[in-house]
Amino acid sequence: MAGLRAAISASEKGADVAILTKVHPVRSHSNAAQGGINAALSHKGDDWREHAYETVKGSDYLGDQDAISVMCSEAGDAIIELEHMGVIFNRDDTGHLGTRQFGGQQKARTFFVADFTGQAILHVMYEQIMKAGIHVYEEWFVTDLIMEDGICHGALAYDMLNGDLHAIKSKTVILAAGGVGRAFEPTTNALICTGDGISLAYRAGAPVMDMEMVQYHPTTLKNNGVLLTEAARGEGAYLLNSAGDRFMSKYAPNMMELASRDVVSRAEQTEINEGRGVDGCVLLDLRHLGRETIHQRLSYINEVTMDFLGIDMAEQPVPIRPGMHYQMGGVKTDINGATSIPGLYAAGECACVSVHGGNRLGANSLLDTIIFGRRSGEAAAEYSLQAPDKRLSENILKQEEKRLSDIQARKDNGDSPAKIRLEMGTAMNEYVAVFRTQEGIQEAAKVLEKLKERYQTVPVQDKGRIFNTSLLATLELGFMLDCTEAIVAGALERKESRGAHTRLDYPDRDDENWMKHILLSYTADGPKLEYQDVKVTEWEPMERTY
Amino acid sequence: MQVTLNVKRFNPEQDDSESFFQDYTLDVEDYSTVLDALIKVREDMDESLALRCSCRAAICGSCAMRVNGHAKLVCKTKIKDVCTSSDNYITVEPMGNMPVVKDLVTDMKPFWDRVRAVKPWLQPEGPEPEEEYVAPNESMLHLNGVMACIMCGCCVSDCTVLEIDKNFLGPAALAKAYRFTADPRDNEDYERLRAYSEYGGIWDCTRCMECVEVCPKGVAPMDRIMGLRDSAMAIGLNNNNGSRHTEAFNQSIKDSGHLDELRLPIKTFGMGGMFVLGSMLNIPAIVKNIPNLLGMLPVALRAFRRGKVPPMIHKKIKGHDKIKNIFEKMESNK
Repeated sequence: MAGLRAAISASEKGADVAILTKVHPVRSHSNAAQGGINAALSHKGDDWREHAYETVKGSDYLGDQDAISVMCSEAGDAIIELEHMGVIFNRDDTGHLGTRQFGGQQKARTFFVADFTGQAILHVMYEQIMKAGIHVYEEWFVTDLIMEDGICHGALAYDMLNGDLHAIKSKTVILAAGGVGRAFEPTTNALICTGDGISLAYRAGAPVMDMEMVQYHPTTLKNNGVLLTEAARGEGAYLLNSAGDRFMSKYAPNMMELASRDVVSRAEQTEINEGRGVDGCVLLDLRHLGRETIHQRLSYINEVTMDFLGIDMAEQPVPIRPGMHYQMGGVKTDINGATSIPGLYAAGECACVSVHGGNRLGANSLLDTIIFGRRSGEAAAEYSLQAPDKRLSENILKQEEKRLSDIQARKDNGDSPAKIRLEMGTAMNEYVAVFRTQEGIQEAAKVLEKLKERYQTVPVQDKGRIFNTSLLATLELGFMLDCTEAIVAGALERKESRGAHTRLDYPDRDDENWMKHILLSYTADGPKLEYQDVKVTEWEPMERTY
Repeated sequence: MQVTLNVKRFNPEQDDSESFFQDYTLDVEDYSTVLDALIKVREDMDESLALRCSCRAAICGSCAMRVNGHAKLVCKTKIKDVCTSSDNYITVEPMGNMPVVKDLVTDMKPFWDRVRAVKPWLQPEGPEPEEEYVAPNESMLHLNGVMACIMCGCCVSDCTVLEIDKNFLGPAALAKAYRFTADPRDNEDYERLRAYSEYGGIWDCTRCMECVEVCPKGVAPMDRIMGLRDSAMAIGLNNNNGSRHTEAFNQSIKDSGHLDELRLPIKTFGMGGMFVLGSMLNIPAIVKNIPNLLGMLPVALRAFRRGKVPPMIHKKIKGHDKIKNIFEKMESNK
């Protein structure tokens, strides 16, 4: 989504734009954003400062307040713009935009299209791409960035449909490649969420930030990690333990089920760990909402529970548990999407502005993609229009061709990428999940180190070049191993509990020492650590209760 | 449980690049989907098997393919539900009506070309309002049903018209078109419906229902095409064979209680005026359709030889008044 939005604004600014994407744009994981998109609309009597404050509080005060103010103050115009583009937002009785309430927020300011808001916006955004005639290189897999003298000059990409490798020269590259959910098993994320953008920037020398902040969503299905939207609770669903109690009253007496995601996930995990779960889950109960509400406003998740569990939500509660969902961290950018590398921008989940800090509020992710997608598109266009032309060395393509051929030519005696990914995902989900300890994280680090060694001999069984998903899986595994290295390094370093990062050995938030971001830069000997103070403009850290 | 997937393979890089079927037998869970099984094949048995898949939750639209001959989103298809035989044997093939790139991966370019052809973006009139467009929630909820389309291609794969006529815009593109004509904010209805009424558009659907049957998201593309037909006729776009056919069919039943098969093609091709003295003859349609009408001659001759020519004089059936009553009631309810 961020990429499409960036392409539109860059094109409007007069830049010559093309989109490279490993899947067709409407296959993007932004589809999976179900519940809605937040904005405080002044003509609906809301104030962006309240939205900003709740985002700051939601982030457990790790979000940068200048960036949050940008996002929240521009949100209203962005919603109206989306509506004008054609998004079929739900209306109220007067025909104006309707809202629902989402977690961590006192006001109902989430605009929505049933429970497939992401899909409804993504498809409209693609309509705008078609209207603008922006060229999309569909199923072109970016294998590396073109870097010379510390400046980004384009990307190398493998055209999956005919097997050719291309060097694409460009004055700027905007990374909008999403998160890295597949580094965890299970996850709510799609199979394509393999951290490509984060890893490409990290390898090129751009620092990544807040990588230890991994969101576990409170309502995911046990077997396959599939997501059930927070909108279910927004519409009034209960969370019940094995005794049938609404256990959130113990953890968040005011906001109950609509506390921040990190709070709800911890509460659920505590119930499960203390023996009040149901077969490793707690229950999401929608029965009292009635069939009509479920069908009108939550039709997609009802389809999901019917398909996967045979459960009709109007009749039966659904077993759910916290599941890995979102990477708050990513490539460090400024409020215009610029990374530390000239010519390289990032937006959306792969970027870290940081607006989400330690915990993202539900329905702020689509907003992030729309606001910072647009801003990075504009900034990149401006940079492009004044940047000098650069002649690329002819060796670039040959070197990359050789690298890929060498990978493909490996002997077939190593472990498959799928096996290594599963071991990585299982370890991450075991040790770097809702509750973390020094010992556990170190254990994950040990596992990862061994996996990295084995990765060097991963064979590619498919020796062809056309639509070789075996080669892609291998390259994607490399991206994920880079990301998990950073996640583990950040999690080990942050010796406090903040947002989604809960250290049982450091259970309290430590504002004195840790009102700062952890930045990690790639070196051959492991990530180099730096720190950056959190930008506090209006809202001083306070105790966080819901 | 154990299952055997009978997968249609095609490798364009092999010298004798012919497609062939390959069996994979594996153990799956009771709740596994066909996609789970295919991923297991790809990860544990044969990495060279090519397929598209991503979200695993029927929202990205990547994994459409044919299972036992019908297009399905395999992430939404439980193995249990498609194991028809006692030996748990399932055939998996790429989608139809599209070129195959490799194994289960098809080239979606023709699909997207058709979508682009309907000008699939909102075209409101006049300056944009300061705030949102005001629109009744019912109109938006109605559009939910079409926006739920994830462009997976199932309907196009199994469209029986596209099998013989590549000029047809097809169910997905036309359902997308409906999304704009039914949107109160869009102001290009006339121009859109005029374009969609051309050859290859809404009148080329044969109403076989296949797209409704296979759509994994309940979009019911054929119903949307029928909606477009209604709208087109309602605004007077009826100078074409399709709407004349509809009108003639309608009139025949209303007037006599059964179909006047002899005059139906004549009226469809715009020559109905010949039977109604004093009405305007539609000269351009007649000229254009004379070859079409002559093209019906072999059918007429065959019918004649077999004694199946409808009677020259079309009589009303007994009790046709009641049928007429139904029509009149329906028309007054519109």
